[in-house]
Amino acid sequence: MSTPHGGDPDTEPTQDSTTTAASGAGEVKSRVGLRYTLSQVKRDTTALIGIYIVGFITLVALFAAIDYYIFDYAIAEAIMYDPERDPDEVNRLLPPVGMENQFGSGVLEHPLGTDHRGRDIFTRLVYGTRVAMTVGFMATAIGLVGGTLVGAVSGFYGGWIDDVLQRFTETIYAIPFLVLVIAFMTAFGRNLTFAMIGVGITAIPVFNRLIRSRVVSIREEDYIEAARAAGVKDRHIILRHIIPNSFAPVLVQATLQVGVSILIVAGLSFLGFGAQPPTPSWGQMLSQSRGYMLPAPTFSIWPGLAILFTVIGFNILGDGLQDALDPRINN
Amino acid sequence: MTTPLLTVDNLKTQFFTEDGTVRAVDGISFDVYPGEIVGLVGESGAGKSVATSSILRLVDSPGEIVDGTITFKEKTLFGLEAGPDGEPRPSEEMLTEEEMRKEVRGREIAIIFQDPMESLNPVFTVGGQLREFIELNRDLPTEEAKQEAIDMLREVGIPDPENRYDEYPHQFSGGMRQRVLIAMAIACRPDLIIADEPTTALDVTVEGQILELVAELQEKYDTAFIWVTHDMSVVAEICDRVNVMYLGEIIEQAHVDDLFYNTKHPYTQALLNSIPRPDETIEELDPIKGVMPEAINPPSGCRFHSRCPEAREVCQRVHPEPRDLSANDRPHNAACVKYDVFDVGYDASPPLETDATGGFSAGLTQTESEAEADGGDR
Repeated sequence: MSTPHGGDPDTEPTQDSTTTAASGAGEVKSRVGLRYTLSQVKRDTTALIGIYIVGFITLVALFAAIDYYIFDYAIAEAIMYDPERDPDEVNRLLPPVGMENQFGSGVLEHPLGTDHRGRDIFTRLVYGTRVAMTVGFMATAIGLVGGTLVGAVSGFYGGWIDDVLQRFTETIYAIPFLVLVIAFMTAFGRNLTFAMIGVGITAIPVFNRLIRSRVVSIREEDYIEAARAAGVKDRHIILRHIIPNSFAPVLVQATLQVGVSILIVAGLSFLGFGAQPPTPSWGQMLSQSRGYMLPAPTFSIWPGLAILFTVIGFNILGDGLQDALDPRINN
Repeated sequence: MTTPLLTVDNLKTQFFTEDGTVRAVDGISFDVYPGEIVGLVGESGAGKSVATSSILRLVDSPGEIVDGTITFKEKTLFGLEAGPDGEPRPSEEMLTEEEMRKEVRGREIAIIFQDPMESLNPVFTVGGQLREFIELNRDLPTEEAKQEAIDMLREVGIPDPENRYDEYPHQFSGGMRQRVLIAMAIACRPDLIIADEPTTALDVTVEGQILELVAELQEKYDTAFIWVTHDMSVVAEICDRVNVMYLGEIIEQAHVDDLFYNTKHPYTQALLNSIPRPDETIEELDPIKGVMPEAINPPSGCRFHSRCPEAREVCQRVHPEPRDLSANDRPHNAACVKYDVFDVGYDASPPLETDATGGFSAGLTQTESEAEADGGDR
């Protein structure tokens, strides 16, 4: 049966489907979904750099996490140093290899130098990645899941449900987030878990508003009406139809939010509210290096660079994703 | 014939807006018998789509069904009874929202929407959506549902259904998508399918194919249809019986042959005269004069009198209820006082001066309001 090519210029002619499938094996089929997103990102150099940075940091963090949780720093001790325990022979505040300061000259065993208790800075940087990434991803995940659900329900039902949920999130939004997180941690406990939860909660309004604005327009689409007419449950409509169709901007925001969360938790650690010693974390390293800025500036520079590198990586990736997913920019 | 499959009695659906109450559907009654195709015809804004969503109880706030009874296979889809305080309340037999969702929507009554471009979710594959729908409404395990989905796609004339199963809606043309939606509608073997202007968004050749397909499937599964359209030629093609709607009311109700060859109501006649024909020039075309009035404040008397070429003074005063004017054994109801059965003195009444009767000239204002009305479909 022959079918005239419809009015939609994007529509692939039906009859050609077999030939296109054969000739273009790598041809992207859907304009949505993970595979499509990746294929778009690959075309964008900036996004690609972001992917590499994030991928690299993630690998380092994975290594650190495996060593910490499974081997209890056995690998670290074998090839480097224990990042937590003070060494027996004290080489405090050594500079990086090839440099000199009042405490001595850099040695190859400590390529980036040592901290105020003689621990190897490089090892602590590597193991600090675990904390940074865990915090970044967990806080974002809490904000993402919470914000998406609240926003989707709010936008889908409208009316008083919408009013209540939106006023509630605006209340969270109105409190300065650092004050909120510190108050939260003071109430529940000063450790990393509550830092993550606290930062996650402050991220809920961001995602909530983003997804709600999308849902309000998608709610009116015919396929939602069609699903209702087919006897589909509201819950199912929200999870299967509304959320997947509103997800592109959320993905971008989530990527940026990971960087933001890392930064916030580093700030919290600096204030003494994040990871507690001796757990290696970048913010805490910065905090400890405060007293040694003049005699050993490299002590504070390294964790600062690590934070910078990671956050920039996520921001580049987020920007790249935004461009890749924006239908107005690419075709 | 046997007992009706669906009975709609005195259905009233109103929208409570800030400007006032819009009586989108104002007391319509009709039956659908098993296996027949019933047309619901009228201009944009006549209340056709609201009537169909009322049947499935899918009217959104600020709209509400305020009166009437809808019975489907001895189930009360909607019904009111007097509460203890005299206020009407939903009757006890009326299905709950839960029962509507689980038992009626999709399973017993399916609906095909106007715009096939928008009725499929763009982020999932066509086959996946069809499979999910079958799983949901027929309680089949995933593998069987998939096989069933592929069979359905083949049945509605999608070539190479195994491969097209994994494609996304944007890879289908409009006609193909409408076929998918038809597959979705018949997949659960409902007794009634509501087709809400399913061919309006398609070009004429595809429209022909779709009508052919529907006729074929209708014969095979013996499904009843409510076919909503504004296109008289589609009605002639496919329908068994026709209800003509104007401003929320059914003004003529007849077998399709009687409607075309023995037209009773001036509005139906005007609709038929509005169809462009190849043997007529644009000057010869005789469209209905004026625009349909707002349903918020319908004209007094007969609602069509403001545009009726045969309007007389009495039409402003008397609101006609449809009566049987049949010349043969098939019922043929129409609501126009010009017939003697109404006996309200139409013949003695002086003709009314309106646009349609040629009293006033149709000026610029009318053209503007027509342009406005064009954007307001649905």
